[in-house]
Amino acid sequence: MKKSVFFGALTVAGLAAGAAAAGTLDDVKARGKLNCGVTTGLVGFAAPDANGEWMGFDVGICRAVAAAVLGDPKAVEFVPTTGKTRFTALASGEIDVLARNTTWTFSRDVDLKFTFVGVNYYDGQGFMVPKDLGVSSAKELDGATVCIQTGTTTELNLADFFRSNNISYEPVPIETNAEAQQQYLSGACDVYTTDASGLAATRATFEDPAGHVLLPEIISKEPLGPLVRHGDDNWGDVVRWSLNALVTAEELGVTSANIGEMAAGTNNPEVNRLLGTEGTLGEMLGLDAGWAKAAIMAGGNYGELFEGNIGESTPIGLARGLNAQWTNGGLIYSPPFR
Amino acid sequence: MTTLTDPPKESFRLSMLLNDTRYRSLTFQAVAAIALALAIWYLGNNLIQNLRAAGLNISYSFLGDSAGYDINQRLIEYDSQSSHARAALVGLLNTLLVAFLACITATVFGVIAGVLRLSNNWIVSKLMAVYVEIFRNIPVLIWIIIIFTIMTAVMPGPREFRGDTPTASMALDLFAFTNRGVYTPMPFFENGLFGSATLNWVLVLLVAVGSWYATRAVNTRATNTQAETGVRPNTLWTNLAIWLVPFIALMFIMGLAWEVPELKGFNFKGGIKIGGPLIALWFALSIYTGAFIAENVRAGIQAVSKGQTEAASALGLRPNKVMNLVILPQALRVIIPPLISQYLNITKNSSLAIAVGYADITATLGGITLNQTGRAIECVLLLMLFYLTASLLISMAMNVYNASVKLEER
Amino acid sequence: MADQDKNSIAFVSTEVIPESPPPARETGVVKWMRENLFSSVSNGVLTVLALLLIYGALSSTLPWIMNGLWTTSSLAECREILAGKSGACFSVLTERWHQLIYGFKYPSEEYWRPNLTLLLMLVAIAPVLFFDLPRKLLIFTGLFPFIAFWLIWGGTILAPLVALVGFVAAGAFFQRFGRSSFAVGFFGAIVIALVVWSIGGSLIPDGASDNAMLPAVPSRDLGGFMLNMMLGLTCVSLSVPLGIALALGRQSNMPLIKGICVVFIEFVRGVPLITLLFVASVMLSYFFPPDATVDLFLRVVIMITLFSSAYIAEVVRGGLAALPKGQYEAADSLGLDYPQAMRLIILPQALKISIPGIVNVAVGLFKDTTLVSVISMFDLVGMIRGPVLASTEWNGVYWELFGFAALLFFVVCYGISQYSQWLERKLHKGH
Repeated sequence: MKKSVFFGALTVAGLAAGAAAAGTLDDVKARGKLNCGVTTGLVGFAAPDANGEWMGFDVGICRAVAAAVLGDPKAVEFVPTTGKTRFTALASGEIDVLARNTTWTFSRDVDLKFTFVGVNYYDGQGFMVPKDLGVSSAKELDGATVCIQTGTTTELNLADFFRSNNISYEPVPIETNAEAQQQYLSGACDVYTTDASGLAATRATFEDPAGHVLLPEIISKEPLGPLVRHGDDNWGDVVRWSLNALVTAEELGVTSANIGEMAAGTNNPEVNRLLGTEGTLGEMLGLDAGWAKAAIMAGGNYGELFEGNIGESTPIGLARGLNAQWTNGGLIYSPPFR
Repeated sequence: MTTLTDPPKESFRLSMLLNDTRYRSLTFQAVAAIALALAIWYLGNNLIQNLRAAGLNISYSFLGDSAGYDINQRLIEYDSQSSHARAALVGLLNTLLVAFLACITATVFGVIAGVLRLSNNWIVSKLMAVYVEIFRNIPVLIWIIIIFTIMTAVMPGPREFRGDTPTASMALDLFAFTNRGVYTPMPFFENGLFGSATLNWVLVLLVAVGSWYATRAVNTRATNTQAETGVRPNTLWTNLAIWLVPFIALMFIMGLAWEVPELKGFNFKGGIKIGGPLIALWFALSIYTGAFIAENVRAGIQAVSKGQTEAASALGLRPNKVMNLVILPQALRVIIPPLISQYLNITKNSSLAIAVGYADITATLGGITLNQTGRAIECVLLLMLFYLTASLLISMAMNVYNASVKLEER
Repeated sequence: MADQDKNSIAFVSTEVIPESPPPARETGVVKWMRENLFSSVSNGVLTVLALLLIYGALSSTLPWIMNGLWTTSSLAECREILAGKSGACFSVLTERWHQLIYGFKYPSEEYWRPNLTLLLMLVAIAPVLFFDLPRKLLIFTGLFPFIAFWLIWGGTILAPLVALVGFVAAGAFFQRFGRSSFAVGFFGAIVIALVVWSIGGSLIPDGASDNAMLPAVPSRDLGGFMLNMMLGLTCVSLSVPLGIALALGRQSNMPLIKGICVVFIEFVRGVPLITLLFVASVMLSYFFPPDATVDLFLRVVIMITLFSSAYIAEVVRGGLAALPKGQYEAADSLGLDYPQAMRLIILPQALKISIPGIVNVAVGLFKDTTLVSVISMFDLVGMIRGPVLASTEWNGVYWELFGFAALLFFVVCYGISQYSQWLERKLHKGH
């Protein structure tokens, strides 16, 4: 026993967990649970519903990874994190993967020593204004008061945008979306800015959604994706290819509805390789052959996850846009399963 | 055990380390020192190992990098190209600003509520009791959020001042109360004696200081006359003249004018702006801490024996003079020590500014800077260092003041 | 003569005038109002102002409360029914009360466990608060932490049992050897407890919690007002012994120990709780061994306990200083050594004086537990600002939720502070 008495006692009491440094994949398997970092509540991406179940697009990624590794989409422990705590939680091993609409940037990748395994949502920062303000472009916002939800790259993009256009503004940084929205609705801010997806989600809950418009300018690139710690490439591969499996499944037309018959064997060798009826992809990752099948069955393929959580049929009502498959002119593109 | 083999010397047994009072305290201190060193070594070692495993390092060089974000409330020059260190400094000054303002108003609220709670007006004293109990028993975080929400919901937005039939208007055409803050006219000099506005204001300040010294001299002379003749000469008009004549003359020469806030574009422009988050936090901290100070004031007043009140009344002093001249000066000695800790509490509670978007040091250094750079350990350490220094300075200053009050005791 | 007398006096009353009631302005309501509300012009003005204030507050809130809706399923529905009228949407409370009280993850079929714990807590805490109750009840108070731990977290009963056995063994050892030498007894007891815990800990099988009588609930699933209560109670009860030790250390004449205590107390009192919580959430993980992660709940408990122990130390120090010097000298003259003097003479008296102060610290601490919402824990305020306000149904309900939170805190804190005042009066009478 390497652990001290103190930690032994705590572990027995269930208040501490030993995590061997051997490899995250082994740890997760030994624990039987995936610890997944999410937001403290952003409708559509990750928020607990009335029954306390976590729902959302990011949550779907977590469940897919859990299904791929452990075979059970419910074997996820969701750890709510704030903008402040998320990186420490990941670096210190409290969570195995962070799926909290985190923008992939150079310094986070290189300086903070994280590995972004891919992009599950291409976002960009936008502006929302009340319709009766009569503003049609962000460049007309000289002197406006702008509400920002802090904890992302939003503040920096905003400062850069106004600086490069040589116009002035008053920032009001707010911690949570709910409070920022209250400020905006009461007129304490002229503009609300955050990721365009967040704006759409927020507007959907307004009393009068039609009274507010999103300005055409998207002032930043926000590739959001799950990330893991540097230095554990094996685990990084597992998360990366679980995400890719969802994307490829949509591309190949594998859905949670037809996956049963597809898994029996098809004429398409890539489908067969993906679903484990051909080749040894699962074994290479250190998982069983049906890993991708389990991941897809957890919540459906990428397209199903999108439609079910944030798509046009939901209150959030986001169009696929950049997040359409590359075959449909979007940026969602998975390397081949071969 | 080697000592036992040395009989000629005064024998030293190991048990003496525990049972002999000469050595016992040394033993305990040695144990404590070893335990402390071990704990520090253990924690430090863990830290080094963890950082190495994560490939991170402790470095403060990020403070020199450009911050990249803007701050709405600032007392010194700052823009998004300034460094993180400068952003921290802006936050630091903002913390001190709101703490200073809140200390003053909390004292005012507290003294008024504390005195009124002892008033013989039943409804007023009950109302004050309700105020004290409600604010003391509900967390300050909830109060800050509630007051901020009330402010933004009740006050009109600048939009409502616009249009042909505005639903809100400026008070006296000079002040604008909006949910973004309060705009007041700003004085400036049209033909100042110096080129720089700061120097002009320094001149005004110098004149004020001069007037203050002059009135003090007048008052001292009046006191001396009173001591000699028993009649105090009326100094009111002299003092008024000393204050007003040079001041008005100076204003006339320099051409005092007012810049009135005006609605331009999205916001009011011109004049002085006191931001909404600052007002909300300031008010919330004042009214919350005021409830605690009210209790201290009440306890202080009740600590002054009733005989003092009766003696003062017997001398023919009116009730308000009894309070001002007899009770409060004595109660002050009881009130000041808890007041110091309330001031410290205000300073520490101002860190809750993040709930209302006020850019104090917790929001800049411990908030956006921490988020952007991910340098958690460095930022939190700096943050604690600042609060520690501020607290120690405040308690030192107040202790000096406390000692000066105490000296009058016999 | 008699006649003359009769004539010289114009009128003699032959009967007693019936007592008439005092003038209206000197009785009943009117007198009371004259004396208490309108005794002078300024008082009258104050009264009118106060009445206006009360009227203003009531006229704006009462209709809102009276028109309140309790049964809708979303804010949009509320708005539809109210159709522009002022009215509260209390349905958020009926719909989400269990999340606000227990957090959103605590399994609903297990709600009886925290409820029972709350009941037991009242029983356990009673002998501490009321000295007249039979002292035997303190045994239950001693057992309560272990029962409570088992009830709330569930899982194997062996874990709290082992912890209990460790404490009992340590206590027994101290009873046996602590009389002759305090130091031997004290350090020996610590060693004994550690030995029992490590042996007992290794005896518990790995999967013991899987099929336990009470299903295990991880501490991340705790939340809501229950989390505030738990944090408050745990941290206060842990910090009292620590605070006493710090206070004694600060009074000690050993420079090193005194120095450590002074630096610790002044450091903790000099920084806001929120920075200590930042330490718990973003720094503390780096100080634990690389192969272990410690629960956020435990990290927060550690930091809040350290925080409140510094404040309790100052209260106890005040109590120690308030004791007359004669008590110390009397203890010395009886030949008691330091631990005996402290245990038998000084601390019982000093602590009794300090109880109101400790209760005040406890109330302050309990209110400060709301700050954990800033570091992504879902306590009552965290639940409101996080999941509830973020949900599509209830996005935009502020007053009802924060009013509810304020009410809960007010009831608990006001109750405790009333107790503290009652105790203060009682202690004063003793002299």
